[in-house]
Amino acid sequence: MRRSARRRGVAAAAAMAVSAAGLAACSGGSGGAAEATCTNEIKQADATQVTVWAWYPSFETIVDRFNETHTDLQICWTNAGQGADEYNKFQTAIEAGTGAPDVIMLEAEVLPTFTILDSLVDLSEYGAGELEADYTAGSWSDVSGGDSVYAIPVDGGPMGMLYRADIFAEHGVEVPTTWDEFATAAQDLRDAGFEGHITDFPTNGNALNYALFAQNGWEPFQYDAAKPTEIGINVDSPEAEEVLGYWKGLIDDDLVATEDAFTTDYNAALVDGTYAVYLAAAWGPGYLQGLSEADADAEWRAAPLPQWDPENPVQVNWGGSTFAVTTQSEQPEAAATVAKELFDTDEAWRLGVEEAALWPQWKPMLESDWFTGLEAPFFGGQKINEEVFLDAANGYEGFSFSPFQVYAYDQQTQALFDMVENDTDAATALGTVQDGLVQYATEQGFTVTE
Amino acid sequence: MSSVLSESKSAVTPGGPARTTRPTSKIASRRQRWGYVYVAPFAAVFAVFLVLPLGYALWMSLHNKGIATAGRNVFVGADNYVKAFTDPVFLEGLWRVLRFVLVMVPVQVLVALVAALLLDTLATRLSQVSRLLIFVPYAIPAVIGALMWGFLYSPRFGPAQDLFGLVGLTAPDFLSSANIFGSLVNIVTWQWVGYYMIIIYAALRSIDPSIYEAAVLDGADRRQIALRIKVPMISSSMVMIVVFALIGTLQFFTEPQVLRSSAMGAIPTDYTPNMYAFATAFNYSQFNYASTLAFSLGFLVFVGSYLFLFLTRKQSGLK
Repeated sequence: MRRSARRRGVAAAAAMAVSAAGLAACSGGSGGAAEATCTNEIKQADATQVTVWAWYPSFETIVDRFNETHTDLQICWTNAGQGADEYNKFQTAIEAGTGAPDVIMLEAEVLPTFTILDSLVDLSEYGAGELEADYTAGSWSDVSGGDSVYAIPVDGGPMGMLYRADIFAEHGVEVPTTWDEFATAAQDLRDAGFEGHITDFPTNGNALNYALFAQNGWEPFQYDAAKPTEIGINVDSPEAEEVLGYWKGLIDDDLVATEDAFTTDYNAALVDGTYAVYLAAAWGPGYLQGLSEADADAEWRAAPLPQWDPENPVQVNWGGSTFAVTTQSEQPEAAATVAKELFDTDEAWRLGVEEAALWPQWKPMLESDWFTGLEAPFFGGQKINEEVFLDAANGYEGFSFSPFQVYAYDQQTQALFDMVENDTDAATALGTVQDGLVQYATEQGFTVTE
Repeated sequence: MSSVLSESKSAVTPGGPARTTRPTSKIASRRQRWGYVYVAPFAAVFAVFLVLPLGYALWMSLHNKGIATAGRNVFVGADNYVKAFTDPVFLEGLWRVLRFVLVMVPVQVLVALVAALLLDTLATRLSQVSRLLIFVPYAIPAVIGALMWGFLYSPRFGPAQDLFGLVGLTAPDFLSSANIFGSLVNIVTWQWVGYYMIIIYAALRSIDPSIYEAAVLDGADRRQIALRIKVPMISSSMVMIVVFALIGTLQFFTEPQVLRSSAMGAIPTDYTPNMYAFATAFNYSQFNYASTLAFSLGFLVFVGSYLFLFLTRKQSGLK
């Protein structure tokens, strides 16, 4: 009896040891920054390691270049998902108080969302302020507030218009330069027998729609990271109403489609000749070339974004990302160095431009002869940087996003979808968003001015 | 075990029960001690991964932290719950999953029941193959299934346009806000019917065939056997699958969340209460209110299933 009991005791202890080991193995996976597993290979085993989350295409070549050229610092890179997927993980890490990387790739539009949670280090303490002259004015404005710098700009999305030259030529329609001409061209294409739509106005095209409104002088949020609990919300301004009313008119006449963006259907429609125009950011050409089911006879060209007032052209931006240092980092100085130096050489940027189709915010590359003179084979050899996107990049002056941007986007998607689905007007849709955001901001403890 | 042991002991020493009592209880208590050791690994995992997180979530739901009032959790008592149960978005989500319950649960149970009754009656090779085929969708992970249906529903890539085109019709847009309800019901039914069918089928197989023989002798036809004998005899299994379907539907999440990537307008982030809680926590970083929503939903699911089990206590044999 005794013996068997002891044997059972041993078995039970063994079972506990096994499950304890299992638990230990589980907890090991989410360990601190030091023992994190890297996607890339560490070249200098003894050097300080800085963990980086980023989702750029072909980023490994850029990480490798950094690790080969630095002896005291090494990047340990992880792709934690693209956009919202990564932000969800970061939000969770912030709430948990642990688990964030040292350096994180964030789109400029979500910087206020994270600065208000005190989760980003002010990089001006680490000499970031001196870099201002190296970056375009608009991109620097997006990452800074007062004397504080919350991220280092990387790439941007100055906007232009990509169009199918073959479709315009076949139907004898001029390529529009203003929004008035754009509406006329939409009708002319239809009258000439074009079966598709001139373009798509996606109700979930959050940042795209923001850019289109902003082109008419829309400033939905007045927000300064230095006064984090005060916000001005002015979504339903006459400027936005004019732009949205314009698109609603085109939708009502069935001249513009309203398909959701970023779905497989939408991707196919972009390149198979359903749309004659793709209102795009500078990363758009790279995006188009990656899509399948393309029309083999397509002749793509780029032109500046149509203007409301051709006398006073306004340039806008769609997308673009930055590197920020998290407050959870135990080595902010090393992390700041990584954020500053990942993309601060010609070689790194050549990789970024050629392999990842990024649009540099770093002026030495932006203004280099090599970059401006690049010919795009996809656009029949057109120098699209010089002809279209450089002006747009230099003309962009920055944009103020809200500290609850994901919520604001979701509200807008819903309101625009309702507008199209239930045939309400632009003012109603914008009014719904305005009321929803004011209520939300108040609930969250902001002092709101309308 | 212990009774066997004490018997054998008393068989060896026929002296008296008084002598055997004490050692037995000692052994029993030692055994009990070992029992705790055996339970300990499970109890530890249970506490760490279920009890503690639940307790933490409850604590969070009683506190609040606005985006602009950074860093500090303030005790607010039941305020979050008052907010949740007066939150039109949450209530609308609840009403939506209730409508799903009203449509989806009967559809799933009926289809599964009919399939199981048919398969139980037939004994051909075809029925074996059919049984497998009906069950296969359950073996496909829910996310993969929803992604796949997303493609099937796609106006450009899906087969619907071609099929409707054969008879000169235009296919409906399955992902429009008017049709999304039915499209989701279809996915869930496709996925779960096989599982419910297997449960019912197993219950049917366990019925003593002599009952059928008796029924035939009494002049019952096949339909009567199915409806008057088989269905009442498997009522406890039926109650069980309805409870499964009820809980699953109230917690509706995976399918709409996945399908949302191709129908963002028709499926808003707050389409179901679970999706609303998810978005509130991970997209809007309001973990406190998200915990409240999750707890409220959990409470309603508990009440709903308890009520159902109470009302069907006769059928389920719980009485």
